[in-house]
Amino acid sequence: MKWTSLLLIISLLFSFNTVQAEGDGEFDAAATAFHHIDDANVFSIGPWSIPLPCILKSDDGWNVFSSGKFHIHGHGNGTMAIDGYVLNGGQVMKIKDSSFPKGEVQLLAETASHDDVHHFYHHKKVDGKTKYSIDFQGKHYDLDVKSTLDGGFLGGGITSFHDFSITKNVISMILMSLLLFFLFRSIAKSYARREGQAPSGIQSLIEPIFLFIQEDVSKPFLGHKWQKFQPFLMCLFFFILALNLFGQIPFFGGANVTGSLSVTMVLALFAFFVTNLNGNGHYWEHVFWMPGIPAWVKLILTPVEIMGVLMKPLILMLRLFANITAGHIVITIFVSLIFIFGKSGDLPGAAYGASIGSIILGLFMMAIELLVAFIQAFVFTILTASYIGAATEESHH
Amino acid sequence: MDFIFLADFNVIKPNIGLIFWTTVIFGIFWFMMSKYAFKPIAKALSDREAFIKDSLEEANNAREEMAKLKSQNEEILAQARVEQAKILKEAKEAKDTIIKDAKVKAKEEANKIVTSARQEIDNQKMAAMLEVKNKAGLMALEIAEKVIRKELVGNSEQESFANSLVNEIKLN
Repeated sequence: MKWTSLLLIISLLFSFNTVQAEGDGEFDAAATAFHHIDDANVFSIGPWSIPLPCILKSDDGWNVFSSGKFHIHGHGNGTMAIDGYVLNGGQVMKIKDSSFPKGEVQLLAETASHDDVHHFYHHKKVDGKTKYSIDFQGKHYDLDVKSTLDGGFLGGGITSFHDFSITKNVISMILMSLLLFFLFRSIAKSYARREGQAPSGIQSLIEPIFLFIQEDVSKPFLGHKWQKFQPFLMCLFFFILALNLFGQIPFFGGANVTGSLSVTMVLALFAFFVTNLNGNGHYWEHVFWMPGIPAWVKLILTPVEIMGVLMKPLILMLRLFANITAGHIVITIFVSLIFIFGKSGDLPGAAYGASIGSIILGLFMMAIELLVAFIQAFVFTILTASYIGAATEESHH
Repeated sequence: MDFIFLADFNVIKPNIGLIFWTTVIFGIFWFMMSKYAFKPIAKALSDREAFIKDSLEEANNAREEMAKLKSQNEEILAQARVEQAKILKEAKEAKDTIIKDAKVKAKEEANKIVTSARQEIDNQKMAAMLEVKNKAGLMALEIAEKVIRKELVGNSEQESFANSLVNEIKLN
C-alpha cells in the first residue's frame, strides 16, 4: 500500500507534464480516460516507451516492423513515417493520401521538443467523431485509424488498414500466459517431487485458490464430469485474474486487457463453444422442444431459449469488459480531477489541494479494483461452469 | 443508429488483430496449461487426498486395534488379580493349618517328653532310694556289729565309740 501510494504520487507529477502539454484548451477528462484505457503499439513503463512489433495489413500488402522505427517521443508520438504509417499517441495510423512518399520519412527533427511533436498531430471532432491529421511540408494529410469490426455503429469501421500488431494488450497476454505457465509448471513439479507431503512455498499460495475453484466451482456444477472441464475453467480463471491484476500495476503498461471487448469476446466465444459443443440431447431438447408443455407454448419458448443460448456468452463478454473498463476509467477520472480543479495548471494551488482528495479516492478505488479483479475472474468462471453443467446434465426423467 | 458518444471509446470496438491474437494465445494457453499444469496438479491433489484418507483410515484402524488390545490386557490383568487373591488366600489358609498342626504336635511331643522325663526321675529316685536304703542297712549292720563288739569292752567306752561312729557317718 505504501508503494502504491508513492507510485500514485509520482504518477501525478508525471501526469502534470504530459497533461499540461495537451492543454491548449479545456481539459477533456473523458478523452484522457479513453486514451489511457486504449490498446497501444508501445508499452509504456513510467516515462519510457518500449517499442513493440507492428504487423499491419493494407491494400498495399503487409508491413512488419518495430514501432521503435517511428522514433517515439514522449506520450507515444513518433517523429518518423514508415511506409505511410505514423505513430500518434501510441496508436499506429495511416496517412490516407497514397501520394505520401513510401519508406522512412522524417516528419520532424529529432531535436524537436515534446510540445512540438505533440502539436504536430492535430485532432478535431467532426460529427462527434475525432478526426486526426498532420501538416507536412505545407500539405494537409488526413490520418486513418485502424479498422474495427463494429460496422460503424460504435464510430469505428473498416478503414484503409488492419492492425495485427503485437500490441500492449497482446504482449501483456503473452507475458501473463508465460508467467502462469512457468508458475504452474513449477508447482506441478513440486507436487511430483514432494509427493504425499504438505505443500510449501508458492504451492501453499496457489493451492487454496486452485482447490477453491475445484471444490466450489468444478465439482458442484459439473458433477462427475468435472475432470474433463476443470482445466478449461482453471485457464479462464487464472488467465482473467492475472490480466485483471496486471492491469492494476501503475506505470507498468496499465494494460486494460480484460477491459477490451475483443478479448472478452474471444473468452466468451471459447465458453460458448465448450458449452454447446458438449451439449447433450437432453440440453438441446430443452432448447428446441421443451418437453412437458403444450405445443403453442413451445412456439414462444423455443425462440426465448435460443436467445438464451446466445445471450449467455454475450453477457459474459459484457460483464467482464464493463467491470474492468469502468475501474480503469474511474481511477483515471479521479486523477483527472486534479487537472479539472487546477484548470490544466493555471491554478496550481487548487491542483495540489485536489490531488490530496484524488490520492485518497484513487487508493480506495485501487483497493476496490483488486477485489473486482478476483470477483470478475470468479464470476466468469462460475457462470461458465454453470452453463457447461446445464448443457451436460443427464436427464432425470 | 450510431453511438457517436462512443466514438473515442476504442476498447468497445472489436479489433480483428486483438481477436486473432487472443484466440491464438488463449488456445495455446489452454492446451499447454491443461497438459502440463492443471491435470498433473489435479491428479497430485486427488492422489494426496486419497493418501490422507487412507492414512486416516489406517490410523483409525490402528487406534481401534490398540483399544481392543488394551481392553484384552485389562481383562487378563483383572483375571490375574483374582487369581493372585485366591492364591494368597489359599496360602494363608495353608499357613494357618500348618501352624495349628505344628502347635498340636509340639504340645503332644512336649507332653510325651515331660511324661517320660518324669518317669525317668521316678525311676532314678527309686533307684537312689534303694541304694540309700541298702547303704543305710549296711551301715546299720556295721554300726551294730561295731557296737556289739564294743559293748563287750565297757559302757562308757561303748558310748563314746558309738558317738564317734555316728560322727563318722556322714551322708557324704
